Amino acid sequence: MTALIEIERLTKRFGAFTAVDDVSFTVAKGEVVGFLGPNGAGKSTTMRMLAGFMTPTSGTARICGDDVVDKPVAAKRHLGFLPEGAPTYPEMTVTGFLEFCGRARGFHRSELQDRVAKAMALTQLEGVRLQPVETLSKGFKRRVGLAAALLHDPAVLVLDEPTDGLDPNQKHDVRNLILAMAPTKAIVISTHILEEVGAVCSRAVVIARGRVVADETPAELAARGPSMDAVFRSLTLPAAEAA
Amino acid sequence: MGGAITVFRRELSGYFATPVAYVFIVIFLIMAGALTFTVGNFFARGQADLTPFFTFVPWLFLFLVPALTMRLWAEERRLGTIELLLTLPIAQWQAVLGKFLAAWAFCGIALALTFPLVITVNVLGNPDNGVILTGYLGCMMVAGAFLAVGAAISAMTKNQVIAFVLAVAACFFLTAAGSPVVTEFLSKRIPLLADLARAISITDRLNGFTRGVIAARDFVFFASFMAFFLFANTIAIDQRKAD
Repeated sequence: MTALIEIERLTKRFGAFTAVDDVSFTVAKGEVVGFLGPNGAGKSTTMRMLAGFMTPTSGTARICGDDVVDKPVAAKRHLGFLPEGAPTYPEMTVTGFLEFCGRARGFHRSELQDRVAKAMALTQLEGVRLQPVETLSKGFKRRVGLAAALLHDPAVLVLDEPTDGLDPNQKHDVRNLILAMAPTKAIVISTHILEEVGAVCSRAVVIARGRVVADETPAELAARGPSMDAVFRSLTLPAAEAA
Repeated sequence: MGGAITVFRRELSGYFATPVAYVFIVIFLIMAGALTFTVGNFFARGQADLTPFFTFVPWLFLFLVPALTMRLWAEERRLGTIELLLTLPIAQWQAVLGKFLAAWAFCGIALALTFPLVITVNVLGNPDNGVILTGYLGCMMVAGAFLAVGAAISAMTKNQVIAFVLAVAACFFLTAAGSPVVTEFLSKRIPLLADLARAISITDRLNGFTRGVIAARDFVFFASFMAFFLFANTIAIDQRKAD
């Protein structure tokens, strides 16, 4: 097993506030890591540093061996990233937006068309391909962001709340899509929906107040207490650290 | 360079996908025409040239260019698309250059649409079309300088109003620095600053172009001015992208 994502002692401080505190973990090919934690625990900050968007205060992150700070362009080539809230350019059509992402990744002409068509098929966007993104529902927008992340068939996928705002059917589809891609990729998804972890993840990393408080399989995590909710609460509430 | 071209294409088509382009161009053309024929005494002067028009262009750009640049980075921040743009495998300078060139090309389109003025003077008399051409070239240089300053300011703040006001102030400073009012005032009190004001003034340099003189030092001035602020823009994005 080779680790495609390596995070070593990653720390991010904003002034006196430490958002991410000495976080380390690796993700190998074939793994789907669920990145769990309450709001404000540092999930998005960690993912932004991993994606090369935020510069870490200290520590390193590597994607397929390329350091995200020293070799940002090389690292980003291997990465499919869905930022929090799946931002897209509102006035662009779905096809236009995906073609922009594809061109930025160096695809042209027929290869670009193939990639865009494939990504739209995977995320079921064909029906809205010529609609401006701003006219789409929340679930469709999320899928447009997902299609942009999948476009280049990256070795590493980092998805910040990929199922947020989707209806139960769409959630089911996205989970199936993640499971289907899992064997060939290293995937990190952040979520605060606990049932999702059992459904798609092979490992769960729980983060609270910027620190990793658990890193184990969903089954091990569930075995710690009467229910997943109870385990999550005991791990992430401030009392847990004092105890 | 591919990344810069991709960003350039998206930005330029973005102008025309929203009302921004049409409002900008229509207002620019109406005001340029109105000022040339009224305040500029186009007919009363009895000369077949575009000097009155070229005199007003910097003053129009002074307000209109900051309206273009204020949203360049601030809008990306507001939509969150900056996270998407800067996690694509393109270098930051490519994103900066692509945005700048798109805005510059857009100003070029607006200037090109003043062609009826050129036709008018050619119908009414026998102007020196070479001088008109260098005048337009000078206007493009002024637009580029204003855009570079405005884009750098936009990169430093997430508030569009602040970006606009500061950019107008900076452009006003550049435009007014060479006017007799300022230089005479300064040369009486602080002679050192008067020289400095004359040196950074873009109006003096534009006057050279509108007389048909293309001096190497004016080119070097504009080129280094733009290069400096694009560099500052890249630094500002790198430092403050996640704010």
